[in-house]
Amino acid sequence: MRVNIDDFLKRDSEWLKGTGPNSDIVMSSRVRLARNLDKVAFSHWADKKQQESIMNAVFDAANSVNYLKDAIFIRLKDLNEVDRLFLVERHLMSPEHTKDVEFKALIVDPKEIVSIMVNEEDHLRIQVLQSGFNLMEAWRIVDSIDTELSRKLSFAYSTKWGYLTACPTNTGTGLRGSVMLHLPSLVFTAQIGKILQATAKLGLNIRGLYGEGTEASGNLFQVSNQVSLGRTEEDMIDNIERIINQIIAREETTRRAISTKNREALVDRVWRAYGTLKSAHIITSNETIALLSAIRLGVDLGIVKNLDRRMVNELLILTQPSHLQKLEGKILNSNERDMKRAELIRERLK
Amino acid sequence: MKCDICGKREATVHLTEIVNDQMTKLNLCEECAREKGAQMEEHFGLSELLSGLTDMGTAIEPEVAITTTCSNCGLTYQNFRKIGRLGCSECYEAFKKELSPLLKRIHGADRHIGKVSLRGGKTIKDTRTLQDLKMQLEKAIQAEEFEEAAKLRDKIRDFEKKMKAKEE
Repeated sequence: MRVNIDDFLKRDSEWLKGTGPNSDIVMSSRVRLARNLDKVAFSHWADKKQQESIMNAVFDAANSVNYLKDAIFIRLKDLNEVDRLFLVERHLMSPEHTKDVEFKALIVDPKEIVSIMVNEEDHLRIQVLQSGFNLMEAWRIVDSIDTELSRKLSFAYSTKWGYLTACPTNTGTGLRGSVMLHLPSLVFTAQIGKILQATAKLGLNIRGLYGEGTEASGNLFQVSNQVSLGRTEEDMIDNIERIINQIIAREETTRRAISTKNREALVDRVWRAYGTLKSAHIITSNETIALLSAIRLGVDLGIVKNLDRRMVNELLILTQPSHLQKLEGKILNSNERDMKRAELIRERLK
Repeated sequence: MKCDICGKREATVHLTEIVNDQMTKLNLCEECAREKGAQMEEHFGLSELLSGLTDMGTAIEPEVAITTTCSNCGLTYQNFRKIGRLGCSECYEAFKKELSPLLKRIHGADRHIGKVSLRGGKTIKDTRTLQDLKMQLEKAIQAEEFEEAAKLRDKIRDFEKKMKAKEE
């Protein structure tokens, strides 16, 4: 199977459109389901032969799924390091999925809405990504894909405990719903600590831009449910939505307060960020993310008018290390990347 | 070797950290390592957390539990404690006794009420419907809606008969 990862570069992922409900604060919504084949050793415990047959079985079943008609089937061993990280940067797979790649695979639909990781922690991790605050829609899509797959694959399931997963933290629904939130004004006014604490108490997890173990940079926070057993899927989604709605409301009021009471300071901050990005010749990924956060806020509040949210989202992804190297068509060291990144941003902000 | 942070004491702790794809090696003395350790709490692994949770469940004969083996995949309970992952779907049955309290502790619940798998889903659906009807009956009685309650009672009887017939 010939795979051209480079095609992704020419397109924008659906979730980067910057549209959808509350897309000023919620960048994207994601729902994933963990599924395993009945009685077959989980991927970490399976030998090579078992891993291979898991992969083949999933490929075969996915071929008949309506949503995956035009999907690309990727074996990660066919990709180099840069290409693998490129897929992580696009949120199509986890950082975990770049290691021990022999029988790991990824199935992606061309719009990059649906992706299935094969042989990650579970045999299948089916995820659906949506732009904006759209968890219920993401759940509906992932639900129908799961149902279609289960016509061909016999999933591990118990009457009492539901879907059985490699890690007991996913048992039951195998569902993780998460949203990527941009909360600059809550960070700016130092309310974020309290809010994150309260959110955690309500059973939600908070992480950085690239999920597990990553730092929160650029005022971006990924919030997801912790518990997967004892509630229906709709109930879980509903619960996340209700809590997120409160965070959104808080961010909105704070944004309004800042932009009336502290307008000059805000405008100053936004245009300084713009100025730096427009003129820098060497810039790190972290600084870029932080400055883009300010510009994103500027776009949302109508301070910056010559850019839209989509362009900011695009820059956020294109300036990531593997994207830069794909654009340049060669391996770049960290210094070279910092220069290339600055050049790309200057070009785009002209 | 001296400690990388204080540069005074002998380094006895050796750490490898990966931040933004850059690997750094740190050689620390115990004191500085402890301080650094406080910052690293977040990276605390899942298997440690899980084994912490299972440790609390020692009420159930730990000696026996540890040697329990899943006959389908060969994973022992001790393996699970160490890696924090089960070996296959059958492990859930093999370690049922140990997993039941663990799942309850993680999720605050130990019964799935979500999506019903297609395979063998029919009987599960029936059981659920029956549970729902019984709950409705309870509510009707509490609300003293006896007419409604009588209807529900008949419905439940019919449904149970049907389920029994199917089983036979």
